[in-house]
Amino acid sequence: MTLASKEQTNGTIKKRKFHLSFSRKQLCIPYALFLIMFVVFPLLLVVYYAFTDSTGAITLNNFIEFFTDTTKISTLLISVLVSFVVTAICLLIAYPVAYILSKMNKKIAFVLLLLFIMPMWINFVLRAMAMKELLSLIGIPLGSGANIIGLVYDYLPFMILPLYSTLIKMDKSLEEAAQDLGASKVRVFIDVTLPLSLSGIISGAMMVFLPVMSCYVITDAFSGSTGFTVIGKLIAWCFLGENGTMTNINGGATISLIMLIILFVTMFATGGFKSEDNVRGTNI
Amino acid sequence: MIKKFFTRGYIFLILAFIYIPIFILVIYSFNSGKSIGAWENFSFIWYSKLAEVKDVVINTIVLAVVSAIIATLLGTLGAIGIFYSKGKLGKSVKGMSQIPVVNSEVVTACALVMLLVIMGFSHRTIFGLYVGHITLSAPFVVLSVLPKLKQMDGSLYEAALDLGATPTQALFKVILPEILPGIFSGFMLAVTLSLDDYIITATLSPLDFDTISTAVYKAIALTTEKSSEQVPIYRALTTIIFLITVAVVVVMNVRADKRVKEKRKV
Repeated sequence: MTLASKEQTNGTIKKRKFHLSFSRKQLCIPYALFLIMFVVFPLLLVVYYAFTDSTGAITLNNFIEFFTDTTKISTLLISVLVSFVVTAICLLIAYPVAYILSKMNKKIAFVLLLLFIMPMWINFVLRAMAMKELLSLIGIPLGSGANIIGLVYDYLPFMILPLYSTLIKMDKSLEEAAQDLGASKVRVFIDVTLPLSLSGIISGAMMVFLPVMSCYVITDAFSGSTGFTVIGKLIAWCFLGENGTMTNINGGATISLIMLIILFVTMFATGGFKSEDNVRGTNI
Repeated sequence: MIKKFFTRGYIFLILAFIYIPIFILVIYSFNSGKSIGAWENFSFIWYSKLAEVKDVVINTIVLAVVSAIIATLLGTLGAIGIFYSKGKLGKSVKGMSQIPVVNSEVVTACALVMLLVIMGFSHRTIFGLYVGHITLSAPFVVLSVLPKLKQMDGSLYEAALDLGATPTQALFKVILPEILPGIFSGFMLAVTLSLDDYIITATLSPLDFDTISTAVYKAIALTTEKSSEQVPIYRALTTIIFLITVAVVVVMNVRADKRVKEKRKV
C-alpha cells in the first residue's frame, strides 16, 4: 500500500466518522425545537406578562397588587405551610415503610413495594374521590384536616419509591461496620443510615412539596364551604375564571413567576434532586 | 419476635390506609343505592350505566395513547441525540428537558396558555391539549431511555459500521433493539402521566372535552345535581380500572419473572 492510498483511506474514515457523530447528534433537533417552542419560550412569556399591564406597558404593579392583597398573601403562606405539613407526614409514614422493606427478603419486599405504589396507576382524582367518600362515611368533616388527609393519601406512594430505591442501593457493610465497632442500633441509624439516605429524602420531599402547592384538585374537593385553598388555585383562577374563560393573564403570570422563584429557592436549598428518581416506579 | 410483629403490623396498617378507601368504593359500586354507607341491594345497575361515561373514557384513552406515541418518538430521538453529543447541544437540551419535570403543572399549563394567546389561537383547543400532554411526558421518556443508552456497549455500533452497515441501519438494527426496554417503559410512563393529569387538561382542553380526571373533578368538587348522579357510575369505573391495573401489574411481573429465569438458564 502506498503512502498516498493510506492517507486517502484514513481521510475517508475520518470523514465518515465525522458525518456519523453529526447525524446522531442531529436526532435531538426536533426535541430541542419542541422544548424551545413549548417550554422555554412560554416561560419567557411568563416573565414578560408578570412585568407588564393589560396595555403592554412595563410595570411592577402586578407584584405590588399581589403583596398588598392579604387574601393572596395568606393563601401563599398557607400553601407553603400545608406543603410542609403534608411532606413531613408523608416522610414520617414512608421512611419506616421503605426501611422495613429494604431489610426484608427481596422477593417479598418487591411484591409489597408493588402493592404500595400500585395506586399511582389509578387515576389520582378517582383516588381522591375514594378518600372523600371514606371520610364522609366515618364522619370526618370537610376542611383543613380532611385536606391534609386527602393530600397525604394521594402523595404517599411518591415518597415511598425514592426512599426505597436509595435505601436498597445503600452499602450495607457500612451499617455492619458501625455495629461491629460498637455503635448502638439507634446510633447506627442516626449516624450512618439516615445521612446515607438523604438524597432519597430530598427526592421524595421534592416529589411531594411542590406538587402539593399547585394541587388545587384536592383542596377543591376536600374544603367544602371552608374556602381553604392553595396557591395553584389562584393561578388557575386567573386563567379559568368562573366558566373556563381567561380573566387576568398578567395576574396569573405574576403568581406563576412567584411559584417559579419558590421552585428555584427550594432546588437551590436542597442542591437539586436526581430526576432519575422521579420516574414513578416504571424503573423498578 | 416482637420486632417482627411490630414491623409487619406497621406495613399492614399503611397498606390498609392505602387500600381501604379503594375497597369501600369497590364494594359500594355493587350497591343499588346512590350513597355510600347505606347498603340497599346487590346490583350491577351502575355497571350498566357505564355507557353514560363512554365518551369521557374514550377521550382519556385516545389522548393518553396518541400523546404518548408522539412523546415517545420525540423523547427517544432526543435521548439518542443528547447521549451522542458531548458538547453544549446535548447539555442544553438535557437542561431544558428538566424544566417540565421540576416545574409545577399549573405553571406549565398557564405558560402554554400565554403562548397560544400570543400566537393568536384560542387557549382551549385540542392542539394545545396535545402539546400540553407531550410537554409533560416527553422529558420522562428521555429520562427512561438515557440510562439504557449508558448501559449499552458502545463498541456494538462501531462494529456494525465496520461490518458495512450504514449509520441508519446501525441505528435501527443495533441501537434501537438495545434501548427498546427503555423506550417501552418511557411509553408506559407517558401513558400513565397523561391518564393521571388533571391540571393541564382542565386548563387547555376545549370546554366540552372531558377526560376521566376533569369529569370526576366536576362530580366531586362542584357537586351539582347532575354530577352527584354520576358519582356511583364512577365507583363502577374505579372498580374496573383497579382490576385492570392489578391484571397489568401481575402480567408484567410474571413476564419479567420468566425473562429472569430464561436468562439464568443461559
